Amino acid sequence: MSDDALPSGERRQLAPPITDTGALGWMRRNLFSSWANGITTVVLVGSVGWILAGFLEWALFTATFTAATGAECRGGGACWALIREKYRYIFFGSFPYEQHWRPLFAVIAMLAMLVLSADRRMWNWWLLVIWGVGSFVTFLLMFGQIHIPLSLFLFVALVVGGIGMSLRRGIADAGEMNAYRALAAIGLIGLVLRIAGILPAWSLAIAPLSYVETSLWGGIPVTMILATYGLAFAFPYGVLLALGRRSNLPLIKGLCVGFIELIRGVPLISLLIMASVMLPLFLPSGTTIDKFLRAQVAVILFAGAYIAEVIRGGLQSLPKGQFEAADAMGLSYPQKTLLIILPQALRVVIPPLINTFIGFFKDTSLVLIIGIFDFLNTANQALVDPNWAGFPAEVYLFAAFVYFIFCYSMSRYSKYLEIELNKGTRR
Amino acid sequence: MAATAARDVSGTSSVIEMRNVNKWYGQFHVLSDINLEVKEGEKIVICGPSGSGKSTLIRCINRLEEHQAGDIVVDGVTLSNDVTHIEAIRREVGMVFQSFNLFPHLTILDNLTLAPIWVKKMPKKDAEEIAMGLLKRVRIPEQALKYPGQLSGGQQQRVAIARALCMRPKIMLFDEPTSALDPEMVKEVLDVMIELAREGMTMLVVTHEMGFARAVADRVIFMDRGEIVEQNEPEEFFANPKNERTKLFLGQILHR
Repeated sequence: MSDDALPSGERRQLAPPITDTGALGWMRRNLFSSWANGITTVVLVGSVGWILAGFLEWALFTATFTAATGAECRGGGACWALIREKYRYIFFGSFPYEQHWRPLFAVIAMLAMLVLSADRRMWNWWLLVIWGVGSFVTFLLMFGQIHIPLSLFLFVALVVGGIGMSLRRGIADAGEMNAYRALAAIGLIGLVLRIAGILPAWSLAIAPLSYVETSLWGGIPVTMILATYGLAFAFPYGVLLALGRRSNLPLIKGLCVGFIELIRGVPLISLLIMASVMLPLFLPSGTTIDKFLRAQVAVILFAGAYIAEVIRGGLQSLPKGQFEAADAMGLSYPQKTLLIILPQALRVVIPPLINTFIGFFKDTSLVLIIGIFDFLNTANQALVDPNWAGFPAEVYLFAAFVYFIFCYSMSRYSKYLEIELNKGTRR
Repeated sequence: MAATAARDVSGTSSVIEMRNVNKWYGQFHVLSDINLEVKEGEKIVICGPSGSGKSTLIRCINRLEEHQAGDIVVDGVTLSNDVTHIEAIRREVGMVFQSFNLFPHLTILDNLTLAPIWVKKMPKKDAEEIAMGLLKRVRIPEQALKYPGQLSGGQQQRVAIARALCMRPKIMLFDEPTSALDPEMVKEVLDVMIELAREGMTMLVVTHEMGFARAVADRVIFMDRGEIVEQNEPEEFFANPKNERTKLFLGQILHR
């Protein structure tokens, strides 16, 4: 068919040359487009293949998968029998052996909580329910018994009443508003009476299982709890710090800047050591705060400062007009911040934010400095057994693999979030 | 001014009063001794060279900018640092910006209903009804579920006007609403503004669209170096400018 057979003004669409399509075309274009590229391809593929072959030889073909002791691992390859022997200790640490189902289900509960809250459709009041139930199940399984003090009930009543009063003002009917007022009043008065010592130190005991103290916790639940709750608290805290740093009030701004710079200026290890060694010295004698909790708080404070700076970057990227438009509409500061500013600022900082999260997930391993048995530390301890001496590579490889699964999931989630949240806003 | 309210139909009470208003940016005197009274239903066009303080003047009315001396009374409420006063005034005063400033993460409909729902505590359904009505008025109801980034500049600015109207304001401020638009989109925005003017809205418009000024303005104000240099009815203002600076400015923008 010649060109003049087409209607005027239309050009014939030609098929691309056959050498440009298909697997061959792709290879020609991308791997062998010139002599230099061809040689590079051959050398790279060759060396990767050589390394991989050596690794597989060690990790699979000559590896020992079952052995009673390390002495029987004499195939020259990897001794995976060690992992087989020690995996329960590596995963759950010194948690009573016959009770290992408890940390297992705690980990499953936390994973379920994280997976559910990763879904955008849950980003409403469901999130509170998911985290409330998930956390309760997790800690009930880990501790075995939970004592909820009266003051916590009173505090929750005060918070719920207060939030209800401010959020539902002008929307709710008189009965609902009175309920919030009553809740807040009961909470406030109760707390005052409790502090004054008039109300007794009563607590609700939920104790279906044997009590396991935090010093016996270890392995993957410890790493997950430190990271999950560390970041879950550090995130809102970081948001507040970032907003505070941009505040017009010099006192608030100064406090936030001071905190961020102070925390960023010291290594996490020094903060952990301060929390574990120095803090007890300052506390009045007799009061003790759980070491695990102290480490958790240190992680939260540290992560909060870093997250604050990431979020501040997002806040600064917003054009001034967005603030002005929100102001001109008569939105109050909290409304403006929650509805207009943060949703946009957080979208911008998803990649660096997840980057920070991944960093902190791995940094939780630093708690081994103060004798908390996180996943890396239990893996380390598994090497101490004289029966299984001499196989550090297997154990660290295994630990690296588990860390990688977590971190890579976060990385993929970051990608998904970016696409999901920018769906409509891209042109 | 004798010319005030020449075409005024809706009343004679003043909704904005500025008395001896002064403002400085550092050492720079951006507004000096501004005296301005705006009656209900009046349409005022403010023009002047860039940096003359026209945007600053209307931004003082809803306190996006703070004035340092003098009084501004909007709808009977004196502007001060009291937050509740400011929010009360902002509920009554709508504003349209040069760069639209729609919220890119919200749909058009959500952009419109946000303030009624959160500031006026209006039920969502009622707010959406009002919003759809206004989108019809600015002739883009079919775009309601799109995001701002998917609309043309002219459409975005019409959405911005509808968004401001959603709060049922008494006064509308326009800060160079057509300056950021491609030429072919200017008319669609001006048409909406002219329609709004004909319905009796009190409007303060910073613009260089002199055709618009001729069509709807009750008064044209010329500002230069932070002062109101001259103000008059549009015919008189364009035909017989009295001040030398006004003549120079009009010469520059009308005989390009």
